[in-house]
Amino acid sequence: MIKIIDLVKSFNGQRVLDGINLEVPRGQITVVIGKSGVGKSVLLKHLVGLLKPDSGQVLVDGQDITRFSGRQLQELRKRFAVLFQGGALFDSLNVFGNIAFPLREKTRLSEAEIRRRVFERLDQMHLTPDVALKYPAELSGGMKKRVALARAMIQEPEIILYDEPVTGLDPPMTNTVFHLISKTHQDSGYTAMMVSHDIPEVFQVSDQVAMLHRGKIIAQGAPAEIQRHPDPVVQSFIRGEVDFLED
Amino acid sequence: MATFIHALGGRFLAVVQEAGAMMLFLLEGLALTFVPPYRPRRVLQELELIGVKSTLIILLTGAFTGMVLGLQGYYTLRKYGSESALGSAVALSLIREMGPVLTAIMVSARAGSAVTAEIGIMRITEQLDALDTMAVNPMQYVVMPKLIAGVIAVPLLTAIFDVVGILGGYLIGVVLLGVSSGAYFSGMVQSVVPLDINGGIVKSLVFGITILLVACYKGYYTEHGAEGVSRATNQTVVLSAILILAWDYVLTSFFM
Ligand SMILES: Nc1ncnc2c1ncn2[C@@H]1O[C@H](COP(=O)(O)OP(=O)(O)OP(=O)(O)O)[C@@H](O)[C@H]1O
Ligand SMILES: [Mg+2]
Repeated sequence: MIKIIDLVKSFNGQRVLDGINLEVPRGQITVVIGKSGVGKSVLLKHLVGLLKPDSGQVLVDGQDITRFSGRQLQELRKRFAVLFQGGALFDSLNVFGNIAFPLREKTRLSEAEIRRRVFERLDQMHLTPDVALKYPAELSGGMKKRVALARAMIQEPEIILYDEPVTGLDPPMTNTVFHLISKTHQDSGYTAMMVSHDIPEVFQVSDQVAMLHRGKIIAQGAPAEIQRHPDPVVQSFIRGEVDFLED
Repeated sequence: MATFIHALGGRFLAVVQEAGAMMLFLLEGLALTFVPPYRPRRVLQELELIGVKSTLIILLTGAFTGMVLGLQGYYTLRKYGSESALGSAVALSLIREMGPVLTAIMVSARAGSAVTAEIGIMRITEQLDALDTMAVNPMQYVVMPKLIAGVIAVPLLTAIFDVVGILGGYLIGVVLLGVSSGAYFSGMVQSVVPLDINGGIVKSLVFGITILLVACYKGYYTEHGAEGVSRATNQTVVLSAILILAWDYVLTSFFM
């Protein structure tokens, strides 16, 4: 479905991605793990053309989207939903307006139907209906994350990119969100790429795990394979060991 | 010396390059006006933020400007015994110069800086990227309505400034200093010609576009977090003031 080939990206001479090769199979959840600052978010942004690589390709259904024009990208993005790491909620709209936004822009649903779906999603995220009228500035970090999740999931897209969907949530809420992600995944079979640090919980929802380290994918495979991967870098990362050797 | 000239040349090229980039930004923003979806509601929202909410400040500054013109004009004209020309002096200064320029500077200080901060925050918190991923063009959703609102609001605010200023001059010249009311208005009617009014309108249109263009552009290309937003906001206020005064000179020489 999505195939990343030799992707290279530098910022101000610093090479963040140094030849990434990764396949995201259709209908599966691929999780990318790796240390803070290795370029997980940067990688994710390349999949929807928000960043252009220095070299390499991103193939979606065989088409190289790094060469897409603005109009083609716009068409492509209708198939995606993105959860940004910081939520990226619109400050000028309240919670209802934020969650309803993609439906109003991408679909022709009636206002009543939009209302119904928005409140359904709020409920799914354990947010009370009165939250709908609040503005993002009035929400806690975890509430923002859940509203952003609702806004991404309500689009029911073919492909969802989640950048740290559960960071900042309490443990029960983390389980709820992971449960929701795997349930909606079973129902609709979307393709997902997810960045997450929640090891080992995240292994339960993933079909494939890839570890990003120093600009490259150093390990890739089913969760069980990653858990017994021979590379000491992978092992110490998933065990959460303090890494004294790192520069 | 050579490095100095080199640096100067480099700076000059950077300025030309940015001016070119701004022109393209403007053309794209305006062209998107004619591409569906048209977003009339967004334009109305921006008209409220940029126009309606600037009204009070324009009323205040307009009134004081007119009063000062009345006072200064009266004492200058009295030396030549021609106090009766006060009405035309006040009206011409306001319509041709003070109205468009001061309105533009007030709008840029009030709304221009706010627009840069708003768009800059949207940039650094990835709200613009989020629009993109929802297949909504941020140039069309965020920038275009603000440009249109500037084009509509600034000339109207200028007209309000002029009228209030003329009344302020009346208050000082006629009510306080005793110039005859008939002379005040008839002088005005005789000396103000359509060219003066058209010139004022053209100026305010150009200023309106300039303010919002600078504000949107600086916000849109904000970098480096919160500090970047404050720098961009700063640049907006300084750059639009300079551009307003420079344009003013160019347009004045054109309409003389
Ligand atoms: N727009 C940008 N301009 C310059 N440098 C950038 C930009 N975006 C990311 N970087 C740099 O790229 C590197 C990777 O950033 P990225 O946000 O992808 O990290 P991450 O793996 O998502 O980390 P975290 O887990 O903390 O979110 C960082 O060193 C960052 O400074
Ligand atoms: Mg990140």
